[in-house]
Amino acid sequence: MELFRSHVLICGGTGCTSSGSAQLLKRFEELVEQNGLQKEVKLVHTGCFGLCEAGPVVIVYPEGAFYSRITVADVDEIVSEHLIKGRIVQRLLHKDSVETTGQVRALDDVEFYHKQKRVALRNCGVIDPENIDEYIAFDGYKALCKVLTEMQPQEVIDVIKASGLRGRGGAGFPTGMKWQFARNSENDKKYVCCNADEGDPGAFMDRSVLEGDPHAVLEAMAIAGYAIGSDQGYIYVRAEYPIAVKRLEIAINQAREYGLLGENIFGSGFNFDIDVRLGAGAFVCGEETALMNSIEGKRGEPRCRPPFPAVKGLFDKPTILNNVETYANVCQIILNGADWFASMGTERSKGTKVFALGGKINNTGLVEVPMGTTLREIIYEIGGGIPNGKKFKAVQTGGPSGGCLPASLLDTPIDYDNLIAAGSMMGSGGMIVMDEDNCMVDIARFFLDFTVDESCGKCTPCRIGTRRMLEILNRICEGKGEDGDIEKLEHLAANIKATALCGLGQTAPNPVLSTIRQFRSEYEAHIYDKHCPAGVCHKLLRYEIDTAKCKGCTLCARVCPAGAIMGSVKEPHVIDPTKCIKCGACMEKCKFGAISKK
Amino acid sequence: MKSFAELEAIRQKTLDKVNLRREHEGTRIVVGMATCGIAAGARPVMLAFLDEVSKRGLLDVTVAQTGCIGMCRLEPIVEITVPGQDKVTYVRVTPDMVPRIVTEHVVNGKPVDEYTIGAAE
Repeated sequence: MELFRSHVLICGGTGCTSSGSAQLLKRFEELVEQNGLQKEVKLVHTGCFGLCEAGPVVIVYPEGAFYSRITVADVDEIVSEHLIKGRIVQRLLHKDSVETTGQVRALDDVEFYHKQKRVALRNCGVIDPENIDEYIAFDGYKALCKVLTEMQPQEVIDVIKASGLRGRGGAGFPTGMKWQFARNSENDKKYVCCNADEGDPGAFMDRSVLEGDPHAVLEAMAIAGYAIGSDQGYIYVRAEYPIAVKRLEIAINQAREYGLLGENIFGSGFNFDIDVRLGAGAFVCGEETALMNSIEGKRGEPRCRPPFPAVKGLFDKPTILNNVETYANVCQIILNGADWFASMGTERSKGTKVFALGGKINNTGLVEVPMGTTLREIIYEIGGGIPNGKKFKAVQTGGPSGGCLPASLLDTPIDYDNLIAAGSMMGSGGMIVMDEDNCMVDIARFFLDFTVDESCGKCTPCRIGTRRMLEILNRICEGKGEDGDIEKLEHLAANIKATALCGLGQTAPNPVLSTIRQFRSEYEAHIYDKHCPAGVCHKLLRYEIDTAKCKGCTLCARVCPAGAIMGSVKEPHVIDPTKCIKCGACMEKCKFGAISKK
Repeated sequence: MKSFAELEAIRQKTLDKVNLRREHEGTRIVVGMATCGIAAGARPVMLAFLDEVSKRGLLDVTVAQTGCIGMCRLEPIVEITVPGQDKVTYVRVTPDMVPRIVTEHVVNGKPVDEYTIGAAE
């Protein structure tokens, strides 16, 4: 590796890869070679920058020029203008990164990044994830060295405890305590597992960490191994994350080559190795005991607890299982100290949290903010608000285990406890924004449909109970809701929460309960008025022709595939509701705005 | 990997290669690379700087390009800013001048007066 005058960082996260960043890299390679710039310009395929909405993203250093939505044709211009002539291509800069004066602002000043604090994502989009040397240059493996040469295992656990780090997978269990339990379990063999079976619809922070900074996870797992007395780690990652899997495997091989995994690491006598296990995409395998069954080669079904994994986990040995993002914080805590970490966040939720921002939001992407940041700051300041001037209705956090928070809770500082108090949960950090066009009953139905599909079927409350709830919701959405349905849902939900075997079933009713709590009037409108206020539930829609506006042009009658519109030329037409299939074709064609949806 | 020293060696070795992407205070070597500079031979000069800096394993040195500085007749022009010192402008730079500039100015902090714009004018 030599010294270069310019580094071109091309995002290789899944978001930008799907919008074509691999072709950009290829074109850059061709042009750099054609122009003889190989010795001057270094091309780096990085992990996710976070601003997936504006992908594919390219950053050129030393200027720090932030180019967004780049096409292959734009690459020619960047090479000929910027790389050869040294002139930044203003036209292609991300609109928010150009000040009125036309000067490039530093990346950190861009509105999207300004309020963020990147700890878990610190190296994502900065280093080449397939190059261990770059990770080491950014203080990589320094924490492992410090732990192995200067600290006792108990000291490591004490630091993690003091930092207040809680599990980032959703439940928020204190990480240090988990490690302590496993350390206290006497056994000849113990395991360190990493949960990378990220299954919540809309969540992709773990994928981004693995794609952008895989060594951070390996290093933290080795530290955990030293702390609890384990010599073997497993990363359980979904097979649907091919880029993450490939980069993990490259990283593990590089770490083994350098002796950072393997035997006698840093001459300390400590041995640790890591293997990858691929999940087949079952949501339940993100549950800790089902995950362990799956690693063992058994059916991915949860086990009864207790005994907890810290006592009897993988292969019946004491095991810790932490989420990817949790591990991504560990090395920073060791290097910067527990006080540094504890200085961020709220009283009971320390540090930062990564959220995957999606739905009706301008800046879809990945954001990392200190705990205690309000929903309003995330949605309006970092996320850039709701597109098309629509009104905010709710934000869904925690995926299928979480719930919806209405506009009245926008100023709630986000931490584990506040979200639970508000009837939702942190979950792994998916954040789906909804506007006035979203029907809350339909949203609850969507998430419940997901958990019904993903229920493993081992316990009755989850297998049958959630299905009964879904049937009631389907009925409500079809206009067949009855008085007492809401109470029935609440009753079933309470029983399922109390009796299901694992976290999947215990939290499955949450989306329904939280929408009933925050948007009860919408349920009532569906049940009693047979009306969907957001105009989403198909069966509850009614199309009507305003006789005052209708000119009798007959266009609607001609496009209606069901022959439901009647009327003669130059006379107002009428829709026969018994024949109407609610396709909306008439409304789309009407030139006089005479047809409305109710 | 058996010691911290080994790790640190890799870190130091890689650090100057990724410095472009870090916030850092260091020496900046900026080569004028507009049409005029390139026509006058700025590219071999810049490559010579890259080569010299990496050969010596200098930390915290950035080599960058810039556009036309405005004195095309004096190209290739190279501006060097060492932290805590004034910017020095070298003119009509050739690759064989580079090792001396790096040794005397970048490493030892003493600009090579005879190559600077003051001497040329």
